[in-house]
Parts: sequence; C-alpha cells; structure tokens
Amino acid sequence: MLELKNISYKVKSNNEERYILKNLNLKFDKNKIVVITGQNGSGKTTLLKLIMGIVSPTSGNILLNDKDITNLSIFERANLGIAYSFQQPIKFKGLTVKKLMQIALGKNNAKISTICEYLSKVGLCARDYIDREIDSSLSGGELKRIEIATTLSRNAKINIFDEPEAGIDIWSFDNLINIFQTLKQERKGITIIVSHQEKIMQLADEIILINSANVQKFSVKDDVLKHLKKTYCEKLVEGVYE
Amino acid sequence: MNKNIKTSTKDVEKNIKKSNKILNENKKNDTILFDGLRGKLLEEISSLHAIPQTPISIRENGSSKIYNSNEEIRIVSKKDKNGLDIFIAPNTKNKSVHLPVIITQSNIHDIVYNDFYIAENCDILIVAGCGIHTNIGESSHNGVHNFFIGQNSKVKYIEKHLGLGKEKSKKVLNPTTNVEIKSNSLLEMETVQLGGVSFSKRITNVKIGENSKFIVKEKILTTNNQKAVSCFDIDCEGCNSKTEIVSRSVAKNNSYQEFNSNVKGKNVCFGRVECDGIVMDNAKICSTPKIDVEDARAELSHEAQIGKIANEQLTKLQTLGLNLEEAENLIISGFLC
Repeated sequence: MLELKNISYKVKSNNEERYILKNLNLKFDKNKIVVITGQNGSGKTTLLKLIMGIVSPTSGNILLNDKDITNLSIFERANLGIAYSFQQPIKFKGLTVKKLMQIALGKNNAKISTICEYLSKVGLCARDYIDREIDSSLSGGELKRIEIATTLSRNAKINIFDEPEAGIDIWSFDNLINIFQTLKQERKGITIIVSHQEKIMQLADEIILINSANVQKFSVKDDVLKHLKKTYCEKLVEGVYE
Repeated sequence: MNKNIKTSTKDVEKNIKKSNKILNENKKNDTILFDGLRGKLLEEISSLHAIPQTPISIRENGSSKIYNSNEEIRIVSKKDKNGLDIFIAPNTKNKSVHLPVIITQSNIHDIVYNDFYIAENCDILIVAGCGIHTNIGESSHNGVHNFFIGQNSKVKYIEKHLGLGKEKSKKVLNPTTNVEIKSNSLLEMETVQLGGVSFSKRITNVKIGENSKFIVKEKILTTNNQKAVSCFDIDCEGCNSKTEIVSRSVAKNNSYQEFNSNVKGKNVCFGRVECDGIVMDNAKICSTPKIDVEDARAELSHEAQIGKIANEQLTKLQTLGLNLEEAENLIISGFLC
C-alpha cells in the first residue's frame, strides 16, 4: 500500500508562498487502478512527482508498505518498484530505443524479443524502432509510446502514468486502453494515472478529483462527471450573479 | 624575451635529435606483435587484434611496416618524405585498408603524409587513427591525409585518436585531411577523439564535385586541461553537391573545445551543420558554424546547441533505476557513440 500523510508542497512566486498541495492525505490500495483528475494547476502532476521523488514535499510523509520513503532519491524509489511515465517524453541524442529499453529492463543483455514484446504492446513495430535514436526524428506520439513501453517494461509494483493519452493519436488510443485493461486484468500492484479521458476513467477502481488540499474520491465515473458538471454550473451561475 | 626564444629553439632541436635517434633504432626492429601496450592501442584505434588479411600499414614510433599490399589496394612508401601512397584500383569493391599509427615512447615527434588515390567505381573502407601512450615528456603525431576520390566511388573513412598514460605527459595529435571528390561520389568520414589527448587540431578541407556528397561525424571528448580544435572548410562546388557536418563534443573539468566550420555554397547545393556539445564542470566549448552562400541556389543551414546535461534526462534515467553518476555516464557515452 502507498500512503501520503499530511503532504504539503509549496512554491515561492513573486516573493509570495503558494501551496500547490496542502495537508493531503491519500491511500492507494494494492491491485487497484486509480485515476487522478482535476483542473489545470490543481497539483496532479506535482502529486505524481512527489510519489516518484522528483520533487520533495515541504512537509508530510510518503509510506510504501509502511516504510517511510520520503527521503529516498528517485533511483532508490525506482529500485523499490515505482515506475514513472512522463507527460512530456524526454529526448536523448545518441541513445537508441534498444539501449533505453535495456536500461528500463535492468539488463544490458536483454533479449531483443523481450524489448520487441513491450514495443508491440504500445503498437510500435519493433523492427522499425529498435535502432532509432530517441531524438527529434521521432514524432511526439512515437516518443510517448516509447515512454509508456519503458514504464511497462519495469514490471513495477507501482506504475505511474502522467496523461498517457497526451500526444497519442485517435487510432492508437484503443491500444492504450487495452494496455490499462491488461494491467487491470492482471491486477498487478498499484496503477496511478493522471487523465481527463472518460474511457480511462471508466477503467478506474477509484477516481480522485483533486484541487490543492481538497480531495474527493469517487468509485464510479458517472459520479465524478456529474460532480464536475455541477461544480462547473455553480461557478457559471456565481459568475452571472456577481 | 629573446632568452626565452633561444631556450625554446634549443629545446625543439633537442627534441628532434632525440626523436630521430629513437626513430632510427625503431627501424631496426622488424616484428609486429599485437601485445601489451601496442595491442591495446591498436585495438582501441583500429579494432584489430592481429594483422588482418587485408592491406595494412602499421606505423609504430615513426617506423612503418606494410602488409598485404595487392593489385587492388597498393600501398607504397613515399621516397621524398615520411608517408605512403595508397592506390585503389578502379572497381575495387567491398574492400578495406587499415593505417593505424601508434606511439609508445616519449619524445617522438612524427609527421606523416599519406595520399589516397581512389579510382572510379570503388566502394571501400579506410581505417586510420593514432594512439599515443606516454608517461613523461611529450609525443606528437601530425598526419596529413590527402584524398583524391574518382567518379562513382563510395568511401568510408574512420579515424580514431586516443591518448593513454600519465596526464602530466603531453600527447599531441594534429590530423589534417584534404579531400577532392569528383562527380557522383560519396565520402563518409567519422572522426573520433576518445580522450587522453592533451592537444589536437583537426583541419579538414573538402571540395565536393557534381552530385557528390561529403558527410562527417565528429565526436570529441576532452577532460582535465585538454584542448581540442576542429576546423572544417567545405566547398560545395559541383551542381547538386551535398554536405552534412555533425559534431558532438563533451568537455569536462577545465578542458576547452573549439569548433569552426565554413561551408561555402558555390552552386546548386545543400549543406547542413549540426554542432551539439555537453559542457561539464569548468569546461568551455566555443562553436562557430559559418555558412557562406555564394550562389543564390545554395541551401545551407546550421544549428548549434551547447550546454550542460539536461536535468530532465538525468531524472528520466533515474526513474529507470540508474543513480546520478550512472545516468551521466550513459548520456555521455550515448552522445559520443
């Protein structure tokens, strides 16, 4: 189980301190797919980065199976079984898809067939990509799929995906849904996805609507959508009468 | 001031005398074994573990030995100066020739002039390069390579440079490459400096003929107080001539690198210069990619990107289980791969 206890994260801008997340308490249970949604700037990506250790909380603790991992580095958390898929995939001049996949698999001599298996999962014809450099010669969608493949190949206990649908074309979207469906069927560890897509929300065991300190949990997609619509309408009405 | 000049001239004379003495001694020895230091240097610069079946000239501490010269690839020693003439006969295809140079002694100052005459309809691989190992004093190698590439030929030229031994000793490598490419031909050049070289100045001058192409990939690593300078002077003379210069450099510690390119478009031509550098610690890289359009139909472009390793790259690799040092090393080795 992954637990966030009283997590706060604040930043300084224009000499003013601002909370991105305040006193957040969350529990992620084993074998569940959790989708996190919320408005832009609500702290979704920050929450994922806190779990991975990319940013450190101002206060609070992060526990993985009751072990405090708050002060562990990124790579220590990775080796404890947390995998992370970035919203914006990172480019590397000179590093090939094969090399990055080998690193992700933790084996320098990983079999080509194993690498191909993961690339095929994200809908890439491995033969065409394995020797290509992870640079600007690849499209945004291709980079995104390779990013997801590296995360899947970690075979991690906790899989984190930050907007996996971003940059994926409509034709490949069903493929992406299949990946999460498989993760759900296999019931492998915890899957945390930041997404705004209804189809992805539909797969979730739990949906978290986040807005700074305010966290609301929903178990059914319709409920969260109803809630969002209601909140939106209320805001509109407030705007009219002001 | 004058006193200093006198001392310096004396030093040079002394160095040359010393060097000539060692060169003459080396000429007496007649065997080449790929053992010890020699084996290591030869493996690093030419990936060879023994004398290959193909033509090869190995120059060690100023003395050359030629093996397997044949009718297709003829290697002949120059009579008027140090160096070789390499004649590649017409229609020689899928063949290779190796010309490694190694220096394993101190105070060797070697200058070599190699001329490559590549006839028409050839497809060959030329592997050159130099490795120096010294622990004291200074050793240097100046290799001047002239290429005359005939019509419809395809040449791949790889040169690797490496310095080994104690850092306080000076290892100097100055390769000069002059090329004339006739029509419908291609020269693909890969020039790599793997580290350990105290000072290097690479000069590459190329004239490209009609429908011909020159591609160069340069990869340089400098550390400590090393200095590396590269100068490319490329003339796109022929109609539809093309060139592509890709330079990737990593400068660590207090080292300094300088990249200069001047691509001249004198006809309907296409040229692209891409210069990427990673700077670490207190190192410096100065890049000056110049393009000179002398014909309105020329399409020339350049881009240069120099800076430290991007934090996002380090973060990504750490999420894959590498520590910071491993991540840095992987980025650098990939970048220079």
